[in-house]
Amino acid sequence: MSDTTAAAAVSTSVARPKRRRALSQFQGRDRTIFLLMVGVPTALHVGLVWIPTLASILLSFTDWKGIRFSDINWVGLRNYDQILTVFEKDFFQAVINNTVLLVFLFIGPTIFGMFLAYLLDKNIRGTRLYQSVFYTPVVLSLAVVGFMWQSVIYSTENGLATELFGGGEAVDWIGNQSFLIPFGDNYGISKNFVAILIAIAWRHTGYIMVLYLAGLKSVDNSLKEAASLDGCNEWQSFRHVVFPTLKPINVVISVITVIEALRAFDIIFVLNTPGNTEVLSILTTNNLLGEGGGNVGRGSAYATILFLLCLGFVIWYVTSHYRRTQEGAES
Amino acid sequence: MTGQSTHRSPSPSMYGYQLGRRRFLKGAAGATGLGLVLPAALAACGDDEDSGSGSFELGTASGATTLGSNYSNELPQQGLAAAVGALPNQDISVSINEVDHNTFQENITTYLQNPDDVIPWFAGFRMRFFAAQDLLGDITDVWDAGLNDSLGEGFKVASTGDDGKQYFVPWTYYIWGVYYRPSIFEANGWTAPTNEDELLSLASDMQDAGLVPFAFANDGNWPAMGTFDQLNFRMNGYQFHVDLMAGKENWTDDRVKAVFAKWEQLLPVHQENPNGRTWEEAAAAVVNGEAGMMTIGTFIGSQFPDGDTSDLDFFTFPELNSEFGTGTVEAPIDGWMMAKSPSNVNAAKELLYHFGTAAAQDAYLAEDPSVVAPSTEVTVEYSPLQRKVLDAVASAPNVTQFLDRDANPEFAANVAGPGLRDFLADPSRVDAILQDMQEQAEVIYAG
Repeated sequence: MSDTTAAAAVSTSVARPKRRRALSQFQGRDRTIFLLMVGVPTALHVGLVWIPTLASILLSFTDWKGIRFSDINWVGLRNYDQILTVFEKDFFQAVINNTVLLVFLFIGPTIFGMFLAYLLDKNIRGTRLYQSVFYTPVVLSLAVVGFMWQSVIYSTENGLATELFGGGEAVDWIGNQSFLIPFGDNYGISKNFVAILIAIAWRHTGYIMVLYLAGLKSVDNSLKEAASLDGCNEWQSFRHVVFPTLKPINVVISVITVIEALRAFDIIFVLNTPGNTEVLSILTTNNLLGEGGGNVGRGSAYATILFLLCLGFVIWYVTSHYRRTQEGAES
Repeated sequence: MTGQSTHRSPSPSMYGYQLGRRRFLKGAAGATGLGLVLPAALAACGDDEDSGSGSFELGTASGATTLGSNYSNELPQQGLAAAVGALPNQDISVSINEVDHNTFQENITTYLQNPDDVIPWFAGFRMRFFAAQDLLGDITDVWDAGLNDSLGEGFKVASTGDDGKQYFVPWTYYIWGVYYRPSIFEANGWTAPTNEDELLSLASDMQDAGLVPFAFANDGNWPAMGTFDQLNFRMNGYQFHVDLMAGKENWTDDRVKAVFAKWEQLLPVHQENPNGRTWEEAAAAVVNGEAGMMTIGTFIGSQFPDGDTSDLDFFTFPELNSEFGTGTVEAPIDGWMMAKSPSNVNAAKELLYHFGTAAAQDAYLAEDPSVVAPSTEVTVEYSPLQRKVLDAVASAPNVTQFLDRDANPEFAANVAGPGLRDFLADPSRVDAILQDMQEQAEVIYAG
């Protein structure tokens, strides 16, 4: 018994100097500054992000109408049940649209943007001009992109797209909610959602292009030279030498793409939410704000579902990213 | 801005009958004559005071009161200031708290937790809903003090809550009807139809003349509600329409299905693909003479060059069911309400009473002559179109407010709007759509 106390005493005496050193590093003013620097951002983060998030999750189990706090009643899972049984058409269509947007952003604008960046990186004549042209849409918000495409390109009677592809007939680009690719009778990818995807791609491609361009500039030219000396052709050199060195950019772009796909809102909202183009953020807003708003319970339930989807991606990203960096550090 | 991104029907106070400069100057000239009118109007107020009953006594209030305002455009803003300035009781000081129109409307639930004494809002279910939530003050005594006479029965009904008490004082309004260009009708020898057969034969005459009979739009999911309302109360009557809007009747009812069947029948005489078209684009087809007519509100006048509405007229939607005739018109009304517990009850009531009188409405119209005011005693000179709007509403036994004002707002914005849109996209899906609408209506109206 005395042995164990002795062992404990030893272990504490071993541990104590360490802790004492950690404390002694932050004395007096240092400590105040340290607390301020950590405390203020933490308080802001908790107050502005986590408390509202938790409040939303809690409110999603109530029937609150947003008027008086005394009117809050617990209703258990009723809001979720109603979303899945009564409002299911909007909900599942929104999930489909968010997913389609995610997949589309990965295979459309990302690959095309990378392609443009690779071409522009070759210092062809007029690179700067092309760069500016492709990048210009990025400075516009998606809301503005929506207005522009609605009035200039997708206008039913005299839009550019109507003139080019309509064959003299009026084409209802934004309003045509019939399915281009149906999934059963009630769901699918609607024609007007495809039209919106194209408008989003117009902006997103330039964004991706600039990020990759920055990445490509940092690729050491000697790597490419070495590859070509080893007999790689253009594609092999890109696939096996250049692309792997772009890994940090790829991570950034995949995060941006996921975020853009899940938070998609403004462009669809300014187009007056035409049929079959619902996304989760639109359903949340429709229930919380504006004319149809005031149903805090159901709106929060939509928000919670969106939050859980985002959380899934974040957890996947953080774990896979850190595992990889850890492995990298150990090896 | 012409609400390209709005998801609701226009407010009367925001979209008047945008008038040309000439007409505006005329209205301004009317303002100088106002001084002569005021004493008479004040005398009228004095008479009413005697017949007043209840706790409200005109002219006794004093002190400060607050007035919320969403009259954020220049002319309405000046008009409201003039109307408040014309308040006969000088012991009351009114401070006006102005908020941007859209912001106000979207934040109404938050606002009502800490409102001004007098609140801008509109008639219909949306007013009755807040009254039933016990958020509004009863102003029955203000009506009894004399507004009954100057405003009339139709406006009183529109100002009444579910409990039979009044909670609202009307201020400005417009009317939904079938608008057309009289010059085109004259040139072709057409006349306004009064029943379904005449309507259909007029439509086919228009098609023969190379015109689309009805310009039609539904961008924003509200314009087509106008056509639905007209068809529903013409075919099924005022009471059924109001009950349907209040969630007391079923959307799967055969009478509703009949409305959609009739609508589907009429779609060929409407412009195709309305969902992607803004009401402004459809109105342009009427202005340009490509379309013969359009079911819309008086605000279509804003789309005429320079707001010149001399070549604009309307007829009320033709009779579809002889049992109900054409007794119902749709005229969205903007007006004022009182907070549940205002800081100064007497002053707030006196201000509300004042808003119901011709004196206040004249003062407003002098600054903003583009709207129509409800008092029968206003002296400002109306244009022929305004005069016609006034007569149509005054002679109608029943006035509805428009679907997005008559129904639960959540139902209107999130269920009815998308439901009508889906119907217009594919009329063959009507049964499934109505089934969905009914299920969702039950959930929403159950609270």
